[in-house]
Amino acid sequence: MTAKEKEQKEYQDLVKQKNIKSNMLKNCIYAFIIGGLICDVGQFFSNLFLGKGMAPDEAGTCVSVIMVFLGAFFTGLGVYDNLGKFAGAGSIVPITGFANSIVSPAMEFKREGYVLGVGAKMFTIAGPVLVYGITSSVIVGLIYYIIK
Amino acid sequence: MSLKRIGKQTVRFEKPPSIIATSTIVGPKEGEGPLSKYFDTILDDDIIGQDSYEKAECKMVRDVSNDVISKAGLKKELIDYMLAGDLLDQIITSSFAAREMEIPFFGLYGACSTMTESLSLGAMLVDGGYGDNILCVTASHFSSAERQFRFPLELGTQRPPTAQWTVTGTGAAIVSSDGQGPYITHVTTGKVVDFGIKDGNNMGAAMAPAAAQTIYQHFLDTGFEPKDYDLIITGDLGNVGKELTDSLLKKKGIDILSRFKDCGIEIYDQNQQDIHAGGSGCGCSASVFCGYVYKLIKKGELNRVLLISTGALMSPTSSQQGESIPGIAHAVTIERMVHGIV
Amino acid sequence: MVLFSDYLRAFVVGGAICVIGQILIDKTKLTSARILVIFVTAGVILTALGIYEPIVKFGKAGATVPLPGFGYSLAKGVIKEVNEKGFIGIFTGGVKGTAGGIAAAVAFGYIISIIFTPKTKS
Repeated sequence: MTAKEKEQKEYQDLVKQKNIKSNMLKNCIYAFIIGGLICDVGQFFSNLFLGKGMAPDEAGTCVSVIMVFLGAFFTGLGVYDNLGKFAGAGSIVPITGFANSIVSPAMEFKREGYVLGVGAKMFTIAGPVLVYGITSSVIVGLIYYIIK
Repeated sequence: MSLKRIGKQTVRFEKPPSIIATSTIVGPKEGEGPLSKYFDTILDDDIIGQDSYEKAECKMVRDVSNDVISKAGLKKELIDYMLAGDLLDQIITSSFAAREMEIPFFGLYGACSTMTESLSLGAMLVDGGYGDNILCVTASHFSSAERQFRFPLELGTQRPPTAQWTVTGTGAAIVSSDGQGPYITHVTTGKVVDFGIKDGNNMGAAMAPAAAQTIYQHFLDTGFEPKDYDLIITGDLGNVGKELTDSLLKKKGIDILSRFKDCGIEIYDQNQQDIHAGGSGCGCSASVFCGYVYKLIKKGELNRVLLISTGALMSPTSSQQGESIPGIAHAVTIERMVHGIV
Repeated sequence: MVLFSDYLRAFVVGGAICVIGQILIDKTKLTSARILVIFVTAGVILTALGIYEPIVKFGKAGATVPLPGFGYSLAKGVIKEVNEKGFIGIFTGGVKGTAGGIAAAVAFGYIISIIFTPKTKS
């Protein structure tokens, strides 16, 4: 290692040493509680639709639609980011977080117009989710078809 | 043979220019901080009736520029150069503000080090005899910076404890050949320093090596010691970066801790306001220096100050391509009086 | 009593999946976008391997509401379509299974974003 590289490595170690760690336990507890509660909201709607005699697949789709709406709506109201501050993964991982990741850049980039602003920026964060999700489903489908 | 250069990175002025006036405008959050009474204008909200945050930031720069020119007892026509920069792509805040100001304009990019970058160049222009009155101004805005560098405002992410809060604020100064101080006597220009930090949520760590290098070189070039200064204040290292800079300097035998402050730490109340490691942004050192520090010097509470604005020279693209974050820090020595001049 | 156990199970399973996400956030430098991608892809793969189905049976909404549940719908959809329609099902299945969620996300996303404006953080 050159002297410069050594200096840099020493510094990086120092940075790690002085790094302020967030309180992981507290974060996990909040994530657990909020994530659990959001799923319970989904469970409530699921029971509601199944109770009305809907087929399980249809009920599942309806729950997705409603949860997406709720995530979008509370993002619009400006409260979803407040939830995210303390809930962390508890608000990011449920499908409401997916809706939040679509609505927040769309709202933000409205000032750049509706086509290239809202329309394009909606997918800055959600785009990769769709790309990787759909592509992996195609790969799974292909493998399944071959195996069959 | 350059006559005014001392050492490797420092310039000493023959006829130190004066900062004859300053003006600051800050956002509501900064207005709730411990330095609120030192700022000239505190905004009620950060959009100030404009169509976008970018336009609001631009209006802040225009307003603060007009205010500082009138505070100096001058008119736009008497300002020889406008030196300005900001954080946005293609420095649109500064360019569009300059459009209204109609002053010969040099656009600068030093990220958050722009305040001392502009003061350095402004002082050089005056001492070099190229101008009598220079407008040095810079700004940053939380919302416009977030959407460019980080995440949309309504996205539910969690900021880690090392993250900093971009200041919504602007500071302007008139550097003049004709004044009674406070004087800019020395300028130490920083080099870009990169110690391989890639974490965009820990800018303090990325910039600390640059700050330490500039401060160390400043003392080496000038022969000064920390005790020659009443205050050594960095731009936006934050809690983490300040500690790291102190450690790096101590390793080289320089201890500035007793007079070491950081604008990012001073501007917010760490306990009451949720800002994690401290404030950041061009507007941070600009508003804290032009508001708080300048006023203390004028009042006589501080006689010699070393101001070091610190910048992180990355872009979203460089970070996504896996690059680390290079830093830069420019230092200016500001003195209430100089020998032979009171 | 059956109802209560439903809610408890959804709470525990959903919460646990979120905790995994939280650990990733705190321990690594992964941004939320990358975490969402990991979870969706994991959902697809785990469903294909038959591991996620029992989690869904036990956790119900606790397994379907978090993003791996989206992956679950994608994988289930593609398997169903390949069974029923053969080769073309490889391409139509995933999107068919999540059509509702995707369309809702796009449409509600658009409508809400034109009605509301982002507010500055305090």
